[in-house]
Amino acid sequence: MLKLNEQIYDAIRRHGEETYPNECCGVLLGHSANGVNDVEEAVRAGNIRTDSAHNRYQIAPQELVRIQRQGRERGLDIVGFYHSHPDHPAQWSGTDLAEAHWIGCSYVITAVEKGVAQTTNSFLLAGTGEDDKAFENEAMKVAALEAERC
Amino acid sequence: MKIHIPSPLRVYSNKQDTVSVSATTVGEALSALTTKHPELKKHLYSDEGKLRSFVNVYLNDEDIRYLPEKDATRVGEQDALSIIPSIAGGCSPHGGLAVRSARRAGGTGRTGGCASRL
Repeated sequence: MLKLNEQIYDAIRRHGEETYPNECCGVLLGHSANGVNDVEEAVRAGNIRTDSAHNRYQIAPQELVRIQRQGRERGLDIVGFYHSHPDHPAQWSGTDLAEAHWIGCSYVITAVEKGVAQTTNSFLLAGTGEDDKAFENEAMKVAALEAERC
Repeated sequence: MKIHIPSPLRVYSNKQDTVSVSATTVGEALSALTTKHPELKKHLYSDEGKLRSFVNVYLNDEDIRYLPEKDATRVGEQDALSIIPSIAGGCSPHGGLAVRSARRAGGTGRTGGCASRL
């Protein structure tokens, strides 16, 4: 399960609206335990796929190193990532799976239709490695609403 | 020196997020890491012994692939190595994987993960 508060949830969706028609991306920092990825902060990242930013995203590794270090200094770990799908469903794509390597992390996708955020889904990258990795639908709980979304 | 292990690989490092090793070069440090935790090796290196394409290793803030001396770069006690799998994706199909992946992807019969907020 992915847990986050309403402020973070809204920030993720707003980021997708701001970068439309391009994909946004960011990192989810928090704690992971007992099958729950508990998000305490969403950190915006730049999309370096400027050649095809409307349907691709990539976070620069050096930015990821910096985000991870800043999180570690505050006792937070990387528990997931988010990105948007402009004018495309909030479902993982073949590209998303092929380029996902953080097993155990949550991958949050927001569909942004004509500049307006629509569905937001979370998928857990399950498996033990590259050979058997797979996305699983993941329940998402937004704290302020106190309602499980799945 | 310290080597920071990303969460997906901690299952192979006795759940440690940081492993301390004694080494004088980047190569020695990585070798010491995989000697301590042999299961990490196949997740970091290809069958040909090269760092997997999606695995980035940073010495402090520098990608070791772009260091002039690469693995032979000297390190000290205060240096840190970070192992960082890449983060990428997007809604476009992925090259040769497109057909196989599309069959498994959400848009072709797989139901969504969670309900819309709207």
